[in-house]
Amino acid sequence: MNDFFFARSQMGMSLGFHIIFAAVGIGMPVLMTIAEGYYLRTGRAVYLELAKRWARGSAILFAVGAVSGTVLSFELGLLWPKFMEKAGAIIGMPFSLEGFAFFTEAIFLGVFLAGWNRLPPLLHWFSGLMVAIGGIASGIFVVTANAWMNAPAGFKVIDGKITDIDPMAAMLNQASFHEVVHMTLAAFIGTGFAVAAVHAFFLLRDRSNQFHRSAFGIALTMACFSAPLQLWSGDLSARTVARLQPAKLAAMEANYRTQAGAPILIGGIPNDDAHTTKYAITIPNGLSLLVARDPSAKVTGLEEFPRTDWPNVRLVHWSFDLMVASGLVMIFLSLAAGFLWWKHRRLPDTKWFLRGMVAAGPLGLIAIEAGWMVTELGRQPWIIYNVMRTEEAVTPMPGIAVPFVVFTVIYLFLSVILVYLLRREFMKEPETTPDPHLT
Amino acid sequence: MSRPEHIVAAFLLLALISYAVTGGADFGGGMWNLLARGPRAAAQRKAISKALGPIWEADHVWLILVVVILFTGFPPAFATIMTALHIPVTLMLIGIILRGSAFIFGKYDTKAHKVQRGWSAMFGAASFFTPFVQGVTLGALATGQIRVVNGGVATGFFAGWLSPFALVCGVFALGLCGFLAAVYLTLDPEVDPEVRNDFRLRGLWSGLLLVPIALGVFVTAKTGAPDIFQGLTSGWGLLLMGATACCAVLALASLWSRRFQIARITAIVEVTLVLAGWSLAQYPNLVIPDVTLLNAAAPVATLRLLSIALCLGSVLLLPSLAFLFYLFKGQSVN
Repeated sequence: MNDFFFARSQMGMSLGFHIIFAAVGIGMPVLMTIAEGYYLRTGRAVYLELAKRWARGSAILFAVGAVSGTVLSFELGLLWPKFMEKAGAIIGMPFSLEGFAFFTEAIFLGVFLAGWNRLPPLLHWFSGLMVAIGGIASGIFVVTANAWMNAPAGFKVIDGKITDIDPMAAMLNQASFHEVVHMTLAAFIGTGFAVAAVHAFFLLRDRSNQFHRSAFGIALTMACFSAPLQLWSGDLSARTVARLQPAKLAAMEANYRTQAGAPILIGGIPNDDAHTTKYAITIPNGLSLLVARDPSAKVTGLEEFPRTDWPNVRLVHWSFDLMVASGLVMIFLSLAAGFLWWKHRRLPDTKWFLRGMVAAGPLGLIAIEAGWMVTELGRQPWIIYNVMRTEEAVTPMPGIAVPFVVFTVIYLFLSVILVYLLRREFMKEPETTPDPHLT
Repeated sequence: MSRPEHIVAAFLLLALISYAVTGGADFGGGMWNLLARGPRAAAQRKAISKALGPIWEADHVWLILVVVILFTGFPPAFATIMTALHIPVTLMLIGIILRGSAFIFGKYDTKAHKVQRGWSAMFGAASFFTPFVQGVTLGALATGQIRVVNGGVATGFFAGWLSPFALVCGVFALGLCGFLAAVYLTLDPEVDPEVRNDFRLRGLWSGLLLVPIALGVFVTAKTGAPDIFQGLTSGWGLLLMGATACCAVLALASLWSRRFQIARITAIVEVTLVLAGWSLAQYPNLVIPDVTLLNAAAPVATLRLLSIALCLGSVLLLPSLAFLFYLFKGQSVN
C-alpha cells in the first residue's frame, strides 16, 4: 500500500461518490420538468406538489454533487499532474464545455427553486427544462473525456512528445458515442428505479394515494423506457470495447485463452496463474456470438497480452457481472411493467410488482457503480490507453494516505446526513398516515 | 488572434475576478453568519441565508471555470501548481465541501435551534477557512519560491505558501470577502433598516481594517514577493494602487452616507483592481519565476478552440446570469 495505491483509491472513492449525484442530477430535473409539465397541462395540484417535492430533493443532491465535482476537477491535478500536463491541452475542451453546461444547470436551478411565485408558469417550466438540458450536456461532455482515456485520439506522439493536437477529434473519439449513450441511459434508469422504489414503498401502504400514484407513474415510465434500450446500448459497448480494448473485454469476461467459439463465463473465480476461471456458469459460444455475431469466431484472450498489461481480472469480471445482472433484473421488471400496464390498462400496482420495484430501487445505482468499476479498472494499467501508464502520472507528493482517509471520512459523514435528510423529505409527505397495523 | 494565450489568460483573469466578486462575497456572507451578534443576530443570519440561497451554486461555478481554463490553456502550469501547492489546495477543497454541504443541510434539516446552530457554525467556520487558504495559494504563486527544474517541481511541497507574504494575502482575501458581503447585504430591499445598518457598520469597519492589511501585503511583498513589489511601485503599478485606494475611500464614504448602490459598485471595482494589479505585477508569469504564459501555453489549436468556446459560452452564460441576478438581487423584488 504505497502512495500510488492511495492516489488511485482517493480518485476512485471521489468518483464513486460523485457519480451517484451526477447521475441523479441528470435524471431528477427530467422528472421534475415532466411533473410540472403535467401540472401546466392538467392544472391538477398533485403534479405541482410533486414537482416541488422532487425539486427539493434535487436541490440537496445537486449541492453535494457540485462540491464533490469541484473536488474531482482539482484532484485531476492533485493526484495525476503528469497526466493533466499531457492531456489538458487535448481533452480540456470537453471539460470547458462541461463548465458552461454546469453553469447553465446551476443558474437555472437557482431560478427554478426560488422562482415558483416570481415567474410566469411557462418561463418557470422552461427554467426546469434548462436544468435538465444542462445536466444531460454536462454528463455527455465529461464522459467524452473519459472515453478519450480509453480510446485516445486527436494527437500524435513523435519521439515521446505529443504533437498535432486536434481537440475536436479527441472529443469525438471512437469510444465517445457508446460511452455517452450507455451512461446517459444509466442515469435515467438509476434515477427512475430509485425514485419509483420510494413511491412504490408508500403505495404499498396506501394504494389509492394520488400523489404517489402520479409520482410512481412518471418515474416508472422513465425507467421502463430506458432500461430495454440499455440492452442495445450495452451490446454496442461490448462490441466496441472488443474492438478498441481487447484486454479489457477479456478481463470483463474472464477470458484468458484466445479461442474460437469462446463461451461467456458468468461468475466464478478467475485464476491469473492457471489461466482458468473455476466454478463459472458457462454459456457455450456466447462470447463469440456476442462480439462477432458468429458462434465460432475467434476471440482474443488475456494470454495475448503481457501480464504487466492486465487489469485486475477478478474485480473487472465480478463488477461486469454485477452490472449485467442488475441490468437484466431491471429490464425484466420494465417488461413486466409494460405487460401489466397493457393487460390492466392502468398503473401496475399489484402487490408483488410494487414489492419487486422497492427491492430493485438501488439496482440502477449499483449498476452505475459497477459499470464505472469496469470502465476504470478495466483500463488499467493505463491512464491513457496504450500511451501512458497510470503509475507514470501519479503525483510525487508523499503521504497520500492522509487526504484519502480525510476525504473518505468526510464523504461517509455526508452520506449519512444525506440519507437522513432525504428520508426526512420523503416521510414528510402530507398524504402519508402510517398505519401501525400494516407490515 | 496573434497571441491566443493572452486571450485565454484574459478569460482566466475575468473568471477569477468574477469568482472573487460573487463567490468571494458568499464566503463573506458565511463569515458574517458566524460573527452575527447582538439582539438582531437571527435577523442578520436570515438575511444572509436569503441572499445566498438561489445564487451561491452559480457563483461557485466560476471557480470550476478558473480551473478548467487553467488546465486546458496552460496544462504545465496546472500540473506545477497542483503539485507544489498540493497541501493548501487540498485544504481549500475540504473547506469547499464542508461549507457547501453545511449550507444546504442547514436549509433542509429540522429548524430545531441546536441543529441549526451546528450547521451554521460549520458553514461559518468553513467560510473563514476557505478564502484564507485561497488567498494563501494565490499569494504563493508570486513568492518566487516555487521552482521548476526539467519540468518537475524542485522545491517540495511547502515552498511559498507558508511565507509571511502568502499568509498576509490569505488575511487580505478574508478581509475583501467580508467587506464585499457586508456592502452587498446593505442592498437587500426587504431587510429591516436596523439590520441594514448592522451590515453598514460591518462594512465600514471591515473596509477600514483592509487598510492596514493591504499595507501588510505591500510591506511583506518587498522581501517576500519582490516581483510584485517592483510591479506595484513602477509607474502603472502606482497608478493602479492609487485607483484602488480611491475606490476604497469612495466605497467607505458612500457606505457612511448610505449611498449603498455606489458603495456596491466601488467595492466591486476595488476588488477588481486588486486582482488586476496582482496579475499585472505577475505578468507574464503564472508561477514566478519559471512558469510563464508563453512556456506553459497549450498548442495554438487548443487555445484557438478554447477562446471560441469561451466566447460562445459567455454569450450563453451572461444573459442567464443577468436574469438570475435580476430576479433575486434586483430592486424589483416583490
